[in-house]
Amino acid sequence: MTSRTKPAPNVPSEALRPAPMPIKVVVNGQPWTIAVEPRTTLLEALREGLALSGTKKGCDRGECGACTVHVEGRRVLSCMTLAAMQDGRRITTVEGLAQDGRLHPVQAAFIEHDGFQCGFCTSGQIMSAIAVIEEAKAGWPSAATEDVARPFTAANLTDSEIRERMSGNLCRCACYPNIVDAIADAAKGG
Amino acid sequence: MHPFSLSRAGDAASAIAAHAQDATLAFIAGGTDLLGLIKDRAVLPQHLLDINSLPDLARIEALSDGGLRIGALARMSDVAAHAEVRRRLPVVAEALLFAASGQLRNMATIGGNILQRTRCPYFRDGDDLPCNKRRPGSGCAALEGLNRSHAIFGWSQACVATHASDVAVAFAALDARVIVRGRDGQRSIPFADFHRLPGDTPERDTALERGDLIVAIEMPAAQEGRASHYLKVRDRQSYEFALVSAAVAVATDGRRIRSARLALGGVAHKPWRLAAAERALPGLSLDDAEALKPAIATSFADSRPLAHNAFKVELAQRVVLRALQTAGGRA
Repeated sequence: MTSRTKPAPNVPSEALRPAPMPIKVVVNGQPWTIAVEPRTTLLEALREGLALSGTKKGCDRGECGACTVHVEGRRVLSCMTLAAMQDGRRITTVEGLAQDGRLHPVQAAFIEHDGFQCGFCTSGQIMSAIAVIEEAKAGWPSAATEDVARPFTAANLTDSEIRERMSGNLCRCACYPNIVDAIADAAKGG
Repeated sequence: MHPFSLSRAGDAASAIAAHAQDATLAFIAGGTDLLGLIKDRAVLPQHLLDINSLPDLARIEALSDGGLRIGALARMSDVAAHAEVRRRLPVVAEALLFAASGQLRNMATIGGNILQRTRCPYFRDGDDLPCNKRRPGSGCAALEGLNRSHAIFGWSQACVATHASDVAVAFAALDARVIVRGRDGQRSIPFADFHRLPGDTPERDTALERGDLIVAIEMPAAQEGRASHYLKVRDRQSYEFALVSAAVAVATDGRRIRSARLALGGVAHKPWRLAAAERALPGLSLDDAEALKPAIATSFADSRPLAHNAFKVELAQRVVLRALQTAGGRA
């Protein structure tokens, strides 16, 4: 069978690849200037460039959510954006959540509710969950919201709302019930 | 990913000129579709031009005549959360919220959303399989292959793929216009003319030419806007593309339909407007399902299901009926 990764003839060879581009980013409060090849994803830059391996590479196609980080406070998939496009941005990874040795309340809730088994998806789940709570507080509706024309408040963040809003984070250990409990609990506390 | 260069566009005019001159250049905004296509080697641009910092393209404006203008760089999540979008055109907010995931909606733009390529598996990961979109002239593996998720309207021997966008279905129902800036200035493309049917050139999805930059989507005020709904049926309840979806907006006198706008997703190479049903529905009661069903069926006389998707013909009519009744409940 023919290899599916064979290069097409019109692609520049590795020898001609463009030079690394310098970017400035603030990651978990720490400013960095790093040089990244244009094709480097934010995920690869965090893991390989900054040795922040808490952010996981699952599917590398935007399907599993394991690579979720916050850019300027919003949850995004670091596998589906280029590092070189993040110049000047403020990025938070799971390593940046604990403050003064104390876990973020959502991290603590995941432990309290046993919201993981193998743990591979957990950093993405937690990054997404923190943003879900913020989005609900900001009044964002979801596909689980019965009438989007009405105002949404954090008090409307039911379990079905949480499930819908977390659907971009897969857990192959199927810890979903405990993940939902952890988020519902953390949302009340916040 | 293959090696490519990247630069940042300073202004729209130079971005348009660069795109017109270099067929190997692609604009990148949210990047959520483009980077997937590059990873799957379905497209191999040699230069990416980052258009995110072009000014004034991310604005969402409620127009004084009751319409809406959404900048091409507005993020899906911002549009879906916008109070006036939700109030004036719930079908637009719902179509966005039923698409992708929270993370992707924070990244993906409205302009990029309507340009997303098909999810046909033979296009996405078929390096060795025929696909006329991926490699023109190679054939269509889906025509005689696994075509459960494919078109029932408007397909050709060259391509049976469907368009994957949800919000494009809402835009089609609402007669939106795509505002495009190109080499010869600005023009406004009716949404029905924006996406193409495959014909003999399925490698072309839209009416855009080299050098064209989408700047906004405009939706005129419509009497049906408020009573609107997007209903999406899929294999999973969330984070999945549509098997069949419907965008419906309706105007009523009491419970009687005055006018209806109907478009389907997941059934054709472009959002599929149900013109015959729109002509048959006025005067009928939203409560008279037995009268609504044959009116909706008038738009399915020309459906042409493939080997594995005949179920879509019945499913689509039920989806339209339910969406119509939900939308009517909001009148």
